[in-house]
Amino acid sequence: MSAVATRHRRATDDPTWAKVLVIGTVMAFLALVLILPLVAVFAEALRKGLDAALAAVSNPDALAAVKLTLITAAIAVPFNAVFGLCASWAIAKHDFWGKPFLITLIDLPFSVSPVVAGLIYVLVFGLQGWMGEWLLDNDLKIIFAVPGIVLATIFVTFPFVARELIPLMQEQGTSEEEAAVSMGASGLYTFWRVTAPNVRWGLLYGVLLCNARAMGEFGAVSVVSGHIRGLTNTMPLHVEILYNEYDFVGAFAVAALLCLLAVVTLLLKTALEVAQPDVRAGRGGH
Amino acid sequence: MTISIRSVEKKFGRYPALNKVDLEIADGELLALLGPSGSGKTTLLRTIAGLEFPDEGQVLFDGEDVTYASAAARRVGFVFQQYALFKHMTVAKNIAFGLDVRKGQDKPSKAEIARRVEDLLKLVELEGLGQRYPSQLSGGQRQRVALSRALAVQPSVLLLDEPFGALDATVRKSLRRELRRVHDATGVTTIFVTHDQEEALELADRVAILNQGRIEQIGTPDQVHDQPASAFVCGFVGEANSFQGEVSSGRFSAGALALPASGVRDGAAMAYVRPHDFVLDDAGFEVRVDRAHVQGALTTVNATTLDGRRIEISASRAEAARFQGAVRVAARKAHVYAA
Repeated sequence: MSAVATRHRRATDDPTWAKVLVIGTVMAFLALVLILPLVAVFAEALRKGLDAALAAVSNPDALAAVKLTLITAAIAVPFNAVFGLCASWAIAKHDFWGKPFLITLIDLPFSVSPVVAGLIYVLVFGLQGWMGEWLLDNDLKIIFAVPGIVLATIFVTFPFVARELIPLMQEQGTSEEEAAVSMGASGLYTFWRVTAPNVRWGLLYGVLLCNARAMGEFGAVSVVSGHIRGLTNTMPLHVEILYNEYDFVGAFAVAALLCLLAVVTLLLKTALEVAQPDVRAGRGGH
Repeated sequence: MTISIRSVEKKFGRYPALNKVDLEIADGELLALLGPSGSGKTTLLRTIAGLEFPDEGQVLFDGEDVTYASAAARRVGFVFQQYALFKHMTVAKNIAFGLDVRKGQDKPSKAEIARRVEDLLKLVELEGLGQRYPSQLSGGQRQRVALSRALAVQPSVLLLDEPFGALDATVRKSLRRELRRVHDATGVTTIFVTHDQEEALELADRVAILNQGRIEQIGTPDQVHDQPASAFVCGFVGEANSFQGEVSSGRFSAGALALPASGVRDGAAMAYVRPHDFVLDDAGFEVRVDRAHVQGALTTVNATTLDGRRIEISASRAEAARFQGAVRVAARKAHVYAA
């Protein structure tokens, strides 16, 4: 190797060919599994022109699906944010009997197939289910209706916030809380002024992941929805229906809209981080 | 504020962290809790703070039982090992926290709080840094913020857990003096935990030495260094050469080495000799000098006895010049404990 090439080398630097190989592999892989499909979705959506795509998206059934997806996310995400915050606070900052069991329970939706999750709700709330008669007598509809879709979405997405926050809170330990309490702060005051600000970025990240999944969930929702057009179809279900009817432009147009929602979510996260540099300065700590 | 610890016991699971600990702390005293890790010193400090509660025994503040009172009710100022500053608050907000949480009549006015924060920043020599965030400060500055935050509530007692543990040697030394100065200025009863004997001896009025959940000795720095109550204290506080041997009729012997040991019962024993207690003496035992190196005003001499025991001798530089080749030495003073 020449003297020029070796001059600024450090012990941990890999040879150029290795760098090119590793980075090239990652790039090629990303292009194949991420970027190519994303481009394909938009290309297919626009194959018959922008007007056709816009028409497919503004069709009343499509609009109803968008609305239902947004309503579902608007209920499921705040619920799981609160639940995740409570659960991770309890697990990371306190010791109690049955804690390992609670941690396992939180992971359950990750380990169970979403279809099974949907079936569980059908079993419990369906007409032939445990509570079916009682629900019928009281004129409450859960399965094949919006409440069922929301419940199934909550089930599938509930580990996201908790899983994001538990390791973060555990790493931060309890000494800041102890400091606050020793200076006379109440439990609630300590939570809002000390614990919560320390995890806000983790919470935001968890909420974003949770939201992405809530809007995109297919399996569990598919089981409990009943696929009633304009009533119980979420966007992913609507995409499937259109695709099965060979309406490719329509299917891909709605899919593209779903992708755009995801992109907006990510942009939102980046924008928040850029807009609050002082908070990020305060975040580092030790 | 006087503090009394009365036969306090505390177990973590089956592991006893504190074992019948008794301790009296006088008003305005600066006390060090010194011990190796796992000796129970931090548990004792947290028990005094009200961050842990004992299984048995009592904690009294000015004669009043506070054993199960909360930390806030005891009005303690606690400085945590990693400072536990609130990362998302400015230095000023951190210091004001204990005043901001108060309600109703107890809560000082905004101007009053601001004035108090300014005073405290001045006390710890951090004027003008009130608007910084903790991440923008050095380790030593963070430590000062933690100290002034603890003092802001005008605590009845100031408790510090390994206050200098995370700092480098120079900063540690200057902050030690700082703590002493702040203590003398405020007069608040202060207890700090450390595993560093030098720190304890330099800073404290009295030192309590803990080992395996028990207090081995309480005394002034002189007392624990010169009259160690147990083999553990002797080995832990100050430098010491240790020898395993036998006592028979008031003499300790280990191979060629012989030391006076009056009042120690016959049988196996441990002897400790401080490096500066070895002197040249023709009536002593023979050692071979291996190496001598200068440490400030003193010289440390490494030597080996004829039966191969290594010893360390500390002498003035003039005196050390006479340690050449084979010499005879004796111990001016030895601490011998029956094993």
